Amino acid sequence: MRNATQLLELKPERLDVGEFGRQPLSVSGLAFLADVSGALYWPAEEALIVADLHLEKGSAFAARGLMLPPYDTSATLERLAATLDAYNAETVICLGDSFHDNGADGRMCAEDRETLAILQEDREWIWISGNHDTAIPECFGGHVLPELTVSGLTFRHEPAQGRVTHEIAGHLHPAARVSFHGHVIRRPCFVGNGNRLVLPAFGTYAGGLNVLDDAFAPLFGSDGLSVLVLGQEGLYPIAPRLLKED
Amino acid sequence: MRDALEKVKGKGAASRATPRARKKGASPAVRASVPILPVRFADWFARRGWRPRDHQLALLEQSRARRSTLLIAPTGAGKTMAGFLPSLISISDAPRRRAGEAGSGLHTLYISPLKALAEDIARNLIAPVSEMDLKVRIETRSGDTSTARRARQRTKPPHILLTTPEQVALMLSSADAGYIFGNLDTIILDELHALAPSKRGDLLALGLARLNTLAPNLMTLGLSATVARPSELRSYLVPQTAPESLREMSDLVVAAGGADPAIEILEIEEPVPWGGHSARYAMAEIYRAISRHRTTLVFVNTRMQAEMVFQELWTLNEAALPIALHHGSLDKARRLKVEAAMASGALRAIVATSTLDLGIDWGDVDLVVNVGAPKGASRLAQRIGRANHRLDEPSAALLVPANRFEVLECRAALEAAKAGEQDTVISRSGALDVLAQHVLGTACAGPFHAHELYDEVRTATPYATLTRARFDRVVEFVSTGGYALKSYERFARLRPKDDGRLRLAHPSLIRQYRMNAGTIVEAPMIKVRLVGRRRAGKTGRPDAQRPLMGGRVLGEVEEYFVEQLSPGMTFVFAGEILRFEGLADTEAYVTRAPGADAMIPSYAGGKFPLSTHLAKRVRAMLADSTQWSDLPTPVADWLRLQRDASALPGVDDLLIETFPRRGRHFLIAYPFEGRLAHQTLGMLLTRRLERAGARPLGFVANDYGLAVWGLGDLSARIADGSLDLADLFAEDMLGDDLEAWLAESSLMRRTFRTVAVIAGLVERRFPGREKSGRQVTISTDLIYDVLRRHDPGHILLEAAWEDTATGLLDIARLGQFLARIRGRIRHQALERVSPLAVPVLLEIGVEPVARLTREDLLRDAAAELIAEATANAGTHET
Repeated sequence: MRNATQLLELKPERLDVGEFGRQPLSVSGLAFLADVSGALYWPAEEALIVADLHLEKGSAFAARGLMLPPYDTSATLERLAATLDAYNAETVICLGDSFHDNGADGRMCAEDRETLAILQEDREWIWISGNHDTAIPECFGGHVLPELTVSGLTFRHEPAQGRVTHEIAGHLHPAARVSFHGHVIRRPCFVGNGNRLVLPAFGTYAGGLNVLDDAFAPLFGSDGLSVLVLGQEGLYPIAPRLLKED
Repeated sequence: MRDALEKVKGKGAASRATPRARKKGASPAVRASVPILPVRFADWFARRGWRPRDHQLALLEQSRARRSTLLIAPTGAGKTMAGFLPSLISISDAPRRRAGEAGSGLHTLYISPLKALAEDIARNLIAPVSEMDLKVRIETRSGDTSTARRARQRTKPPHILLTTPEQVALMLSSADAGYIFGNLDTIILDELHALAPSKRGDLLALGLARLNTLAPNLMTLGLSATVARPSELRSYLVPQTAPESLREMSDLVVAAGGADPAIEILEIEEPVPWGGHSARYAMAEIYRAISRHRTTLVFVNTRMQAEMVFQELWTLNEAALPIALHHGSLDKARRLKVEAAMASGALRAIVATSTLDLGIDWGDVDLVVNVGAPKGASRLAQRIGRANHRLDEPSAALLVPANRFEVLECRAALEAAKAGEQDTVISRSGALDVLAQHVLGTACAGPFHAHELYDEVRTATPYATLTRARFDRVVEFVSTGGYALKSYERFARLRPKDDGRLRLAHPSLIRQYRMNAGTIVEAPMIKVRLVGRRRAGKTGRPDAQRPLMGGRVLGEVEEYFVEQLSPGMTFVFAGEILRFEGLADTEAYVTRAPGADAMIPSYAGGKFPLSTHLAKRVRAMLADSTQWSDLPTPVADWLRLQRDASALPGVDDLLIETFPRRGRHFLIAYPFEGRLAHQTLGMLLTRRLERAGARPLGFVANDYGLAVWGLGDLSARIADGSLDLADLFAEDMLGDDLEAWLAESSLMRRTFRTVAVIAGLVERRFPGREKSGRQVTISTDLIYDVLRRHDPGHILLEAAWEDTATGLLDIARLGQFLARIRGRIRHQALERVSPLAVPVLLEIGVEPVARLTREDLLRDAAAELIAEATANAGTHET
């Protein structure tokens, strides 16, 4: 409980649906807003942060014979556009694996390229490279960086090993499996401990890794972790004891 | 108890003469003269003191005339021997041939729904073949067959191959299918009644169509238990060459049944309970019956019931009779052990679910007990057929109703059996996902012309009415995914050759096909492992930190079942009371927890819906008070009370009751259309009541009726006309309301997953690969959401919808019901709960009440955290 209250400045009187749409949270003392879309907004810098877009994942599967619906890139960009509109962000930070592979360039259709270019107009756009998109071609615009540090906070793709603080990362696609009154639901989530945060994957086909998986333990140690689970209409802080393994 | 002699063998058994084959159909050959068996065979029968049965000889005649035939025979009538006799004779008559020579290669293909059954039959064939010194090579083939052996089966096929539909599909997808099957003479399809009406049946039908092309002179012999409309199965056996006109059908041979079975309904002093499915009240009587018979089979309808009945019998088992348990979730080794013990006659009783409905012979069973209502006349006949394999002795069966409604249902089943009624095998239109798999498999074997494949596919009965447009959409799906947005042309899996034939774009797709072939997509299962009990050890560590020591695996349960458990909860499984300790990897760790207070979980799997004609009989019985005198007194009294307090559901009417109870307002409806249809109806009614402002809170359904409750005063609103029952039950609920509900329901997502796997949209997950595979494979839920939003007309959504509507929701039955009751709704506004409503209300708390949406769930869970956080704010230091 202690962690939950640390991470999320909970106000018990706020139980309306509308109030769940955005949740304030802090990372090493800096204030952010978690959005129901899975994006993170940084009011002080007017920056929107998203992780693991995995653009062109559908076509990557199609190229090896699995014909997934080809709508994932446009769907991801559509949601990103809506979120950008809502916050009117000046800066966009993509935390890596923005493209499913280095061949995305050859497969993305003209319409999606155009949408991406429109989103980048009049905005600072930063691609942090990830393990899937080690080389981001110039045609996708923006600045490509291995990692970025602003106001003492480091933005990187893969969370650093061990108990670091002042970090915002992606890569792990955190998801929570919530069991409540005999019902079970599995959804993407933000996971953190007040000093570091891992964003859910924003990509339409990105999928999720259970926060109880071994991959998360070294990051948060025995202090435990807190989650904000993405619903359809809101973000929900869920008690750790309601979380289940897969 | 009263004795009642009943027939269950259908019209054919009307003459109670000695066993004698009867035959309908075209061939005049069979009749009088007993065909002469080759000397070697006649001698063998004689040496064993046996005489070939008439239907065995009839089938031999049929095969000599090269007529495809359906044999309908009760269990234990020597069905299998009848099927193989023609092949054994024909192979041993033929001159020996070298591989590759004309007439060499596979002669007979035997296909069964169960791998174990195929192996069992192969073993049983070895005895006669070696005793007669026949030069016949017999082999089986399954997923477990070694690669070397499979390769040899392709280059040097045995005479007779015993296998499953999946293996046939795989063999047909190889380039040398023409060589393997080119000289195929006979196909034997076992347990056809169980196989045909399913997706596996669709897959097999497509395989048969292919085989008929490869070996045009093929003859098919189908073996089936008694079914109501053999014509469905008869047409399945032969190619439909003129789909526009009448169906082509095979011939039919019906083996006469033996003596009629003696069926009784258990009646004891103990009053039948109002509700529930445990039949606990009757256990002492069942135990007495077991001790009076040689060997008893106790059939139940669900695994949970099996566990419970087994527990109860052992508490009563003072004489320590060997009683065993058998159901599909048990570990295979344990199951085999039980089967072996049963076959050797070491057991006095076995408690079993439908896993034993099919299959293997069981020694000397002289009593069948059916706990709960049999749900359909054919199932009852099938189960009773398990008793007494000597055809001339009557089988004895005891029906044990678990509650009052089941008393009525058991009686209806008995009367249906008396009238020779059988459940119908529902004719199905072939599934599109299976067709997609078949198209890819065909391409793996070699290039094909689309129009030729279309013509071939339509010779398969389930696909006889498939339109060319639909077929083309399926081919398009196989090639590029078939999306409205055409962006995958350059990744197409099928490419046209110069001659217009379609060929596989890349050989790696063959591997992809082979990894994903088959139609069985299991719900994720979790192993149950019995681990060492935790004791306070020398280390003095607290319990929670002591490691659990791994022990043996007891079996598997569905993932959703484990999800409901939290450590410390007890449940009954594999005949023991177990304590759930926790999950480790993909296993549930449990310890033994002796003690009588097991929390027995609700286990929805394996419930059968009430068949339509039994439902009709039950309604008729309720409506006709002159029949009540035959019922047990408490049951008759119950119906009289209902008549006085409210009304009885008529034969064709729908009775609806509304009443207040404990601050809630209830609406009870009695459609008698089976649990599936009622659940769908409940879901839709709740939505409609919500829209009408009646503030519903939940609903529950059983086989006979459903209850909806909420905060709005339903009686008052019906009285003042602000709620109209005719509107509420109008047929248009199957339109938009259904669509809207389904779009959100997890049911549809589960169905879509199955469809996506079978159709080859995503790769099958394999145990072991699962962990590492999680980030590579893609959740079908995500795909489903994307498709619904961006390509709602996609063929896989269509396929998923068709599956859900037929299999899971019983939409067709619900539709017929709504049409039937139009203008026939009878409403009773009551002061309090009616006698008839009690069993339905008792289901509350047994059945999970499905009301919570995903969003509600998360919100409630979050609210709980917030409440806790606030309550703890003062006590926790930060």
